[in-house]
Amino acid sequence: MILKINNLHAGIGEKTILKGINLEVRTGEVHAIMGPNGSGKSTLASVLAGRETVTVTEGEIFYNGKNLLEMSPEERSKEGLFLGFQYPIEIPGVSMVAFMKAAVNEHRKYRGLEPLSASDFLKLMREKKELVGIDSKLANRSVNEGFSGGEKKKNEIFQMAMLEPKLSILDETDSGLDIDALRIVANGVNKLKRPDSSSIVITHYQRLLDYIVPDIVHVLYDGRIVKTSGKELALELEEKGYNWIQKEVNQN
Amino acid sequence: MNGQVGIVDRYLDLFDKNIGKIMDSSSPYINSLREPAYQTFRRMGIPDKKNENYKFADLALFFDFDYKTRLVPGKSDIEEAKNFQCGVADLETQGMILVNGYYPYADKLKQLPDGVWTGSFREASSQFGSLFEEHYGKYANTESDGLVHLNTAMATDGIFTYVPDGTVCEKPIQIVNIVQSDEDIFNQHRNLIVLGKNVQMTMIICDHTLSPRKFLTNAVTEVVVGENSIFNIIRVQNEHNYSGKITHTFINQEKNSFASSNNIILHGGLVWNNTYHYLVGEGAEAKSNGLYLIDKFQHVGNYVSIDHFVPNCTSNQLFKGVIDEMATGVFNGRIYVHPDAQKTAAFQRNNNILLTDDAKVFTKPHLEIYADDVKCSHGATVGQPDNDIMFYLRSRGIDQREAKLMLMFGFAHEVIQEIGVKALRERLDDLVMQRLRGELSRCANCVVKCY
Ligand SMILES: Nc1ncnc2c1ncn2[C@@H]1O[C@H](COP(=O)(O)OP(=O)(O)O)[C@@H](O)[C@H]1O
Ligand SMILES: [Mg+2]
Repeated sequence: MILKINNLHAGIGEKTILKGINLEVRTGEVHAIMGPNGSGKSTLASVLAGRETVTVTEGEIFYNGKNLLEMSPEERSKEGLFLGFQYPIEIPGVSMVAFMKAAVNEHRKYRGLEPLSASDFLKLMREKKELVGIDSKLANRSVNEGFSGGEKKKNEIFQMAMLEPKLSILDETDSGLDIDALRIVANGVNKLKRPDSSSIVITHYQRLLDYIVPDIVHVLYDGRIVKTSGKELALELEEKGYNWIQKEVNQN
Repeated sequence: MNGQVGIVDRYLDLFDKNIGKIMDSSSPYINSLREPAYQTFRRMGIPDKKNENYKFADLALFFDFDYKTRLVPGKSDIEEAKNFQCGVADLETQGMILVNGYYPYADKLKQLPDGVWTGSFREASSQFGSLFEEHYGKYANTESDGLVHLNTAMATDGIFTYVPDGTVCEKPIQIVNIVQSDEDIFNQHRNLIVLGKNVQMTMIICDHTLSPRKFLTNAVTEVVVGENSIFNIIRVQNEHNYSGKITHTFINQEKNSFASSNNIILHGGLVWNNTYHYLVGEGAEAKSNGLYLIDKFQHVGNYVSIDHFVPNCTSNQLFKGVIDEMATGVFNGRIYVHPDAQKTAAFQRNNNILLTDDAKVFTKPHLEIYADDVKCSHGATVGQPDNDIMFYLRSRGIDQREAKLMLMFGFAHEVIQEIGVKALRERLDDLVMQRLRGELSRCANCVVKCY
């Protein structure tokens, strides 16, 4: 079991957003979390990555058996957790090279390894750029600065490739991408898949799930997981929309 | 009188006591300006907070003190200074070391391979007599700052640089100012830089102090940028925190010239940079940029004044500060658009990051616009490190301290990026990183190892 969430309640300021989430992800599994806008998908991702603006009021999370909520964001990363942001932020004046070099070497230090030499690091950058299909030029610019929406999303996958996480959480990596970009991103994710790694793919549409095949699909609605099923659930949602879920929830 | 009563007497006294020696060590023309400058200084005094340029400044911290003067440095001081290695030194530059404002080399004025003349006032004022007299003291003649006149009254030596028409200087010229003495001293630094037409030149001025004494330095630099010429001046200030430094830089820009002034403040107890761009020829463009990375009790100000005298000129000011511990930073940016200066474009921005509750910043735009067809804008921000950026960096495994450093480095880099010389940009990025890490002390770069 890589991730176990028990009865998670969390909110921002006065607002309660997550109202009792239970979720289990086993090693090697791909989970999809779907749900209408505003249901709390990004908030859940934020809690998992350790964003301090979200307050956990109840519940617990175990990551590889460890209490995740006690870990700093950087420790979570070094323990192999990766969040692909829905809205990657621009960092003016910090080059992609400097950023990734710092990140990769922090990860290595954590594992007791020496920092990579400049040439080994650049070689690694080159390999991963090719794998993800990111434009070479982007790596010489400041982080996300002046990147198009699609480039930002590809850049998230590139960072994932560099850090080789055990659990990746991809928050609407597909939104804002045209079909070619979507294919590139999905391909990247599939190529990065290892038997010992797991993913949570958050998406609004089933489109991405044509390329990344989930083992389990959840529907998050109003801060709760209201339905869990196999990949056929995604198709059903695509066909019928989210309304029937809402009706079902309201009936119960 | 717009000055601090009492304190001014200390400096009038210093002048009176030393005027004989001062006159002996410089040229008749420079000497002829002293008496009127002294009278102007007596009238205007040491600026106080009522003075627009020094709003928020606490000059008394360094001015209300009994300094000596050292007009000609001793042999041992010169030896110590020559052993010093500036942090920018491994750059390919034409370098000159000045000790307490004095040029200690035997070849007082030399012509560099690219045709530029550079060297001591003591020689230049005779060898380039008419050119020198045409410009010396002409731009440093403001009615708003007595200290400029005090400099004219007391300065004995400095660097004269003349770039003849059509000369493109491949290497920057670097002045390394060292203040070194076994006593607490008050110094004048002075430079005159004359660029002809169609020339390109970059000047780097590095300010250092060696011995751990209390110092106060009052520096005036006059620059004439001829038609179609490109000029950059970069000042890197890394004096110790017992040191006070007031600079006044006057840049007179003729038709279609470009000039950038860049002040990078790293260390120094009191640093107050006054930068003036006079846009006197149509089509001239000015950039005035600054970075102040300060902590402890540093007290630092940037006063910028851009005068648009004629139409079709452009100016940009970009100043950024990271203020830590109990330090105080000030930005005061003036844009003056004179009635004839139609089609002026003038912009200004000041951004600050405060790292503690005790850190202070004062930011004040000052726009006076007397023409109607003008594009002007200004903006200022004061904030803490951006939480979203911090989280993004940390979510990739970078710890909080390192993430903050990267964020501040990125913030500062915007100013460094504006500097036209690539090798210098890289060097400055290094210095900035070292400064932010707290690894840059003047001792780290110094082979003298005085303490
Ligand atoms: N910073 C915030 N402050 C207050 N409410 C927020 C904030 N961020 C998100 N919310 C609210 O939390 C709810 C869930 O948002 P989010 O997790 O982004 O949903 P999703 O990702 O599923 O679209 C929404 O109602 C949203 O308005
Ligand atoms: Mg979302």
